[in-house]
Amino acid sequence: MSEVVKEPSMLLQKEMIAKNYDAITSKHHTGRKVSSTFVPGNLNELLLSFGILNNLPEINAIQNGMRKLSGDYILEAEKSGHSEDVCTYVKADIGMMGKGNVAPNGKPFPDPDVLLLSYTGCYTFMKWFELLREEYKCPTLMLHVPYEGDGHSTKNMRDYIVRQLKEVIIPGLEQVSGVKFDIDRLREALRNSAKAEDDLVWVLEQGKRTPSPIDAYFGGVYYIGPIFTAFRGTAEAIAYYQALRQEVQARVDAGQGPVTPDGSNFTDQKYRLVVEGPPNWTSFREFWKMFYDEGAVVVASSYTKVGGMYDLGFRHDPDHPLESLADYCLGCYTNRNLPTRVDILTKYVEDYQADGLLINSIKSCNSFSAGQLMIMKEVERRTGKPGAFIETDLVDPRYFSAANVKNRLESYFQMIEQKRRGAARAA
Amino acid sequence: MNAIVDTATAPTSTAEIIAHCQAMFDDLDFTAARAWKNAVPGRKVVGFLPVYAPLELIHAAGCLPLGLFGGGDRMEVIHGDAYYQSYICRIPRSTVELGVTGRLDFVDGMIFPFVCDVIRNLSGMWKIMFPNVWSKFFDTPQNFDPEIGGRYYAAELQELREGLQTLTGRTISDDDIRRSIALYNDNRRLVRAVYDFRARTPWKAPTSEVYLLMRAGLMMDVEEHNRLLAAYLAAADAEDRPKRDNVRIAVYGSFCEQPPLNLIKSVEMAGCYVVEDDYALVNRFLTQDVPTDGDPIEALANAYLKHSVETSCKYVPREEDKGKFHIEQVKKARAEGVIYATPSFCDPALLDRPMICRRLTEAGIPHIAFKYAENSGQMQPIREQAGTFADSIKLWS
Ligand code: SF4
Ligand code: SF4
Repeated sequence: MSEVVKEPSMLLQKEMIAKNYDAITSKHHTGRKVSSTFVPGNLNELLLSFGILNNLPEINAIQNGMRKLSGDYILEAEKSGHSEDVCTYVKADIGMMGKGNVAPNGKPFPDPDVLLLSYTGCYTFMKWFELLREEYKCPTLMLHVPYEGDGHSTKNMRDYIVRQLKEVIIPGLEQVSGVKFDIDRLREALRNSAKAEDDLVWVLEQGKRTPSPIDAYFGGVYYIGPIFTAFRGTAEAIAYYQALRQEVQARVDAGQGPVTPDGSNFTDQKYRLVVEGPPNWTSFREFWKMFYDEGAVVVASSYTKVGGMYDLGFRHDPDHPLESLADYCLGCYTNRNLPTRVDILTKYVEDYQADGLLINSIKSCNSFSAGQLMIMKEVERRTGKPGAFIETDLVDPRYFSAANVKNRLESYFQMIEQKRRGAARAA
Repeated sequence: MNAIVDTATAPTSTAEIIAHCQAMFDDLDFTAARAWKNAVPGRKVVGFLPVYAPLELIHAAGCLPLGLFGGGDRMEVIHGDAYYQSYICRIPRSTVELGVTGRLDFVDGMIFPFVCDVIRNLSGMWKIMFPNVWSKFFDTPQNFDPEIGGRYYAAELQELREGLQTLTGRTISDDDIRRSIALYNDNRRLVRAVYDFRARTPWKAPTSEVYLLMRAGLMMDVEEHNRLLAAYLAAADAEDRPKRDNVRIAVYGSFCEQPPLNLIKSVEMAGCYVVEDDYALVNRFLTQDVPTDGDPIEALANAYLKHSVETSCKYVPREEDKGKFHIEQVKKARAEGVIYATPSFCDPALLDRPMICRRLTEAGIPHIAFKYAENSGQMQPIREQAGTFADSIKLWS
């Protein structure tokens, strides 16, 4: 395939990511401390207030998936006793350590100074960091975020998180960084976050237009990059989202669709989909192409909500810094129970006038996947729109069957056509 | 089958006791629990899933806590597969099957304790599928400081108590909880006595029997189970059973989805005495008596924080403590090796496995690992593996 055509915002993001990796790999020269932490429920603003850098094992796994390295890493981890059944992010990460622990910039990853285990929405996180702790022997700070099992958070949950922040996480980070906690620095970062979050939400909501100027899944994973990772709370993130917003606004003004990896504007949109679940990374472009070849654009997705559900109104709040971090952690998509996920997806299908819900079920991700068939049936029942189910994996190339996925998608689009013809006849 | 073994009067042999337990274990219509409910108008049954639930609260509410551990190998899963894709362990789908086939239609409430993401999501499915059944996802703390995790947990227990009060329409007093705690303390003591007896004289208390005794106990009233445990101990001690040249092993990794009974038997038939295990941990989850004075909710919370087993659904705050519990248990039970037996696709067990096994290696404890499903039919490979393992221990240890 030819070189992917990148939009200006993508280039900007690429620079930001490269800068962060350089900062991480040069920590021995700069003296900066590095944390490892997870995407959902991450406490980036808090880390920023201590001057600690943020390295995200999931993102490293994704990077290695897209660069076709994860397959070998996974085999390496399985050779060393990890089961073929568990989350492939974990194995890609652990296998990478076994093979020299080299960052995408070609330099070795330094050992983290702290593992900040923000335990939100996924059980695997807990064991993943126990495994890393065994390797790095560095301090591990656990922030336990209770699951919203009854569909909402409670005061007790929030108080529990705030208490952990005050008594475990903040003192722990003070110790690791040697920096005294300064609530005003945290407030400043939270203020920055809220600004960027406003622009992100504006971008995601453009999916309601026809044609949609965005792809909320394949394009969406780029849109959420800075805000879900090491940049939320920074001025760079604000600038990125302003640039992204302008880019999308320009397409809205021109009545254009999003740019595809081969550079064309995807304006001839035949099907509008809501997608649930993470994408496949090892065959990302091939997967994406299957959609735009058929004229399918994704207008909303749940994956773009794993690191925060800003579209439902949440903003980081500098006036209530710790409570706001607690609310953020509680509200990440996979920390919400199944009935809530059904409500959200149903609302997306309706608000974004989608033709239906497509589920990409990830083999090794129970957090997203357990029970997705029921989600599909419920959303179908409530919206009257057809759903479809495909199975792939995150970063294990053994579990991406292009022919299978393509077949499923084609029959799904036929189903949508039939439904439309039926509706037209009935009208 | 609603007759309760009257162990107070009837001198019972292990065979009789175990036959009774086996019948309850085999009965996927839960006839005994239905009978318990029907015996007194207004009684309610509350189901709970593995690995740990505060049974004292359910009992104090006047309800029967009913342990639900999937459908085992005796139930064909037809509907459950329409809810879960293939790469997921079997317990949630067979639990769904139990639900949609009406076998749990007498269950008034369901508690889904935190184990992993699968059970977490299952709790939401239950809310959608059975909107008229009171159901609760019950989160346990991963912070074990009484001032932090303890305060949170006490409030969660209080919320559970209120939920149960709404379900039953009756107030649960502190004294009600204290009385239940006392009964469950008796239960835990007897349960420990049975496991200790097994560790001392495993030929007198085969694990297949102990397992049935414990599984049945999670489906009956605690006082009845206490009588049954005492009766079993007396009967097993009195019986003369031949001692074989078996190796003593511990089984770990089986805390949630249970292996088929035949697998448990196969390990024994392969020349292993199981002297320590984590099958259906519920009634061994707390390792000490819970105080019956003071605030009972706090007592339950503290017992969880300070005196509960190490298992994969709990975080281990200090690296150096990881696996320590297992090694101490192995030593206490004088096990010569460990079989790490996990359900296929079980994240908690499989992610923990490399860490626990590494610690076992460091401690010089031989181990093997295999996977199963609750409906695994092929026992031959497992028997061979366990047999070879037993032989190697005999030869080299
Ligand atoms: S199980 Fe799913 S949510 Fe958890 S780390 Fe893996 S991919 Fe992420
Ligand atoms: S068997 Fe394992 S993966 Fe399945 S529900 Fe139980 S703990 Fe979770």
